[in-house]
Amino acid sequence: MKSDEYDVCIVGSGAGGGMVAHELTRAGARVVMLEAGGDWDAVRDGAMLTNNYESPRRGKATPERPFGEFDACIGGWHLDGEPYTTAEGTTWDWWRARMVGGRTHHWGRISLRFGPDDFRRKTLDEKGDDWPISYNDLKPWYDRLDRMVGIFGEANGVYNEPDGIFMPPPAPRCYEKMLARGAERAGVPVIPSRLSVLTKPLGDRPACHYCGQCNRGCSTRSNFSSQSVLLPPAFATGNLTLITHAMAREVLTGDDGRATGVSYVDTASRQEFQVRARVVVLAASACESARLLLNSKSHRHPNGLANSSDVVGRYLTDSTGADAMGFFPQLVDMPVHNDDGVGGMHIYIPWWHEKDRSLPFSRGYHIEVWGGRSMPAYGFGGSIHRVNGKLSGGDRSRGGGGYGTQLKDDYRRLWGTYVGMSGRGEMIARRENYCEIDPEVVDQYGIPVLKFNVSWSDEELLQMKHFHETAREIIHAAGGESVWDMPTADNDWGITRPGQIIHEVGTVRMGNDPKTSALNSNCQSHEVDNLFVADAAPFVSQAHKNPTWTIMALAMRTADHIASEVKRRNI
Amino acid sequence: MGMDRRESMKVMALASVALAVPGCTTRDMERAATHAAERVARQLPEADRLPTILSPTEYRTVEVLVDWIIPADERSGSATDAGVPAFIDFMLADAPDLEIPVRGGLGWLNAESMRRTGIMFADSLPPDQQSLIDDIAWPEAAAPEMEAGVRFFNLMRDLTASGFFSSRIGFDDLGYLGNRPQGGWDGCPDEAHVHLGLD
Ligand SMILES: Cc1cc2nc3c(=O)[nH]c(=O)nc-3n(C[C@H](O)[C@H](O)[C@H](O)COP(=O)(O)OP(=O)(O)OC[C@H]3O[C@@H](n4cnc5c(N)ncnc54)[C@H](O)[C@@H]3O)c2cc1C
Ligand code: SF4
Repeated sequence: MKSDEYDVCIVGSGAGGGMVAHELTRAGARVVMLEAGGDWDAVRDGAMLTNNYESPRRGKATPERPFGEFDACIGGWHLDGEPYTTAEGTTWDWWRARMVGGRTHHWGRISLRFGPDDFRRKTLDEKGDDWPISYNDLKPWYDRLDRMVGIFGEANGVYNEPDGIFMPPPAPRCYEKMLARGAERAGVPVIPSRLSVLTKPLGDRPACHYCGQCNRGCSTRSNFSSQSVLLPPAFATGNLTLITHAMAREVLTGDDGRATGVSYVDTASRQEFQVRARVVVLAASACESARLLLNSKSHRHPNGLANSSDVVGRYLTDSTGADAMGFFPQLVDMPVHNDDGVGGMHIYIPWWHEKDRSLPFSRGYHIEVWGGRSMPAYGFGGSIHRVNGKLSGGDRSRGGGGYGTQLKDDYRRLWGTYVGMSGRGEMIARRENYCEIDPEVVDQYGIPVLKFNVSWSDEELLQMKHFHETAREIIHAAGGESVWDMPTADNDWGITRPGQIIHEVGTVRMGNDPKTSALNSNCQSHEVDNLFVADAAPFVSQAHKNPTWTIMALAMRTADHIASEVKRRNI
Repeated sequence: MGMDRRESMKVMALASVALAVPGCTTRDMERAATHAAERVARQLPEADRLPTILSPTEYRTVEVLVDWIIPADERSGSATDAGVPAFIDFMLADAPDLEIPVRGGLGWLNAESMRRTGIMFADSLPPDQQSLIDDIAWPEAAAPEMEAGVRFFNLMRDLTASGFFSSRIGFDDLGYLGNRPQGGWDGCPDEAHVHLGLD
């Protein structure tokens, strides 16, 4: 039995799991990684450089690929045989990946550090909680991450948006320059975006060639995915055993209450297995890690593992979200030009009211920008009859719509004339927003599923109202007209449904007090010293920043702690 | 066609290696290009596909209708040149929600044509086809009793544009320059700057 024992068992191969595997295999540990999904390799399986006309579907979504048939994510809003439920009167949208690399194949690569204030919100506004660590504790790990994975950006010295170690950012696209000019006029700052895409070679990874298809998986490994960047060096050590189609069921514990390994079901054969390990690291994504703990019940841990505080599953947040879009007459009849660039925005609007305490909500948001002459796909030119009546030239006497050569030309003229903005903001972590085990529903493997109970408060709604107002100011100042009606209180200020922004965090939170937190400041369970969590579950607060860069910096720091504790024979 | 396309993909990819993508080796680029070209080769050309949902009559109606919506002009071919009827037939199978509005609408079009001229739409004279289309192509100007036709025509206009501009012919028509290895990234070209009135 002992010979089968690994030093470390990691559940999940996404951002967090990949990072822990990378760090610990290189530190000499024998690591086994359980991944519920199948093998997927960006170099081999990515659809970079595929033109939409190569498929009769022209890039349209399919039930299996809700973000488009070439999108590099096996999974989606619904997984066959793996339901989840929601409390009455609430909704939760949950995007899950089932593949090696998790959601890091198709993620947006927006790679933001949390700022110093993001770790001490309670101190600043009395809401939520402070983290048990500060920005300075995490800074060296962010620095290492920047160097190891590669990120572009510019040092701008913006308050609470710490600069990193950046490669040069790509110049803005035409429509981005235009929008930035409007934002400037509206008093809103614009800086180059910060994406984990290589604008210079790094190690054996070549620089980006600007095909604009990051979400399809990069065959030259010029952007970050856990599978293409973190796993190859981990495999090269000879210390990593990856088991795919391995759906973890629960964390096993011994009589002393310590973790002894993980039990899992092979999803292909439905056979049950157990792996033994001295240390267990959960990185199955925030909600799945909480689910695993809650399902790991024993006489010593009747409320689920690492959960005598009863916080596991609680304090769940997602980013707030809302979208606005403008039509810009000056983009009509543009000279031929290419808008593709990297697969994501080149400019970014950080929160610019960080020190302003006069707003009717407490936390900030940032603005992401999209638009341009992107690759024509299914849906191209949809509903043109609503807009082409307003174009200059030709016969417009009967309004929009029409047919024939004038219509054909209208499509050309209108291509890329819409530019949009998405607000992404911080939700305050609250105990009453949670996921728990649904006592009545199991998935196809017999594993009890999660039931969600999450709602927005006025804090989040008013924040998105502010976004909508700002976005319209920017659109007008840039010479455009807003396409959608301004939402109202009746439709919750156009806020997305909880979960839709796919930034779930907080379900196994850190803290110094074992009564109010599940993990200590090293993401180690207060109760089970050989159990760690390395995804977004340990987050104490959300920040308006997309979470993944912090997931990885924190996972690195956690891995370092594990390595030194093992060396000192503390665990 | 498969062969030329494979070759042209390679040439395209390799040409940009000559522009020296920083750190991108010829091997990287070649591998990416071959990978893409192999996928192209596996595709069945649009024209070889037989209609699976539409009946021969419906298919012919679609062929005539989509060429009214997007005809050939000096820059590019027509909707049927770009394979739009086959695309629409495929979409009806792929997105079942579309089947009833499209096939129902084709029925409406033929019934209306019969009412007016005694012949099906595709067989009627071009001026008769045009006057029917004129009555449903401008939602704001259309008579209230034409509402079903207007809704159908809006849908067909959208589907035709989707199919045409996402085709190879459509890409070239638009002058889409992306989704290929670029030698670097220069941002917004001067002419575009001037057009936008940015310095
Ligand atoms: C379209 C999209 C765009 C995004 N854009 C951004 C962005 O620009 N910036 C940003 O910061 N974030 C972004 N995100 C969020 C980002 O993808 C996640 O924060 C990140 O991937 C989380 O990493 P993780 O390791 O926690 O989980 P994941 O990446 O989801 O990986 C978890 C893995 O664990 C596996 N797993 C789950 N349960 C089990 C089990 N019981 N047993 C075994 N394996 C299991 C899953 O199969 C999966 O592979 C985006 C997400 C999406 C979907
Ligand atoms: S834009 Fe750059 S990083 Fe993204 S897929 Fe293309 S080459 Fe890779």
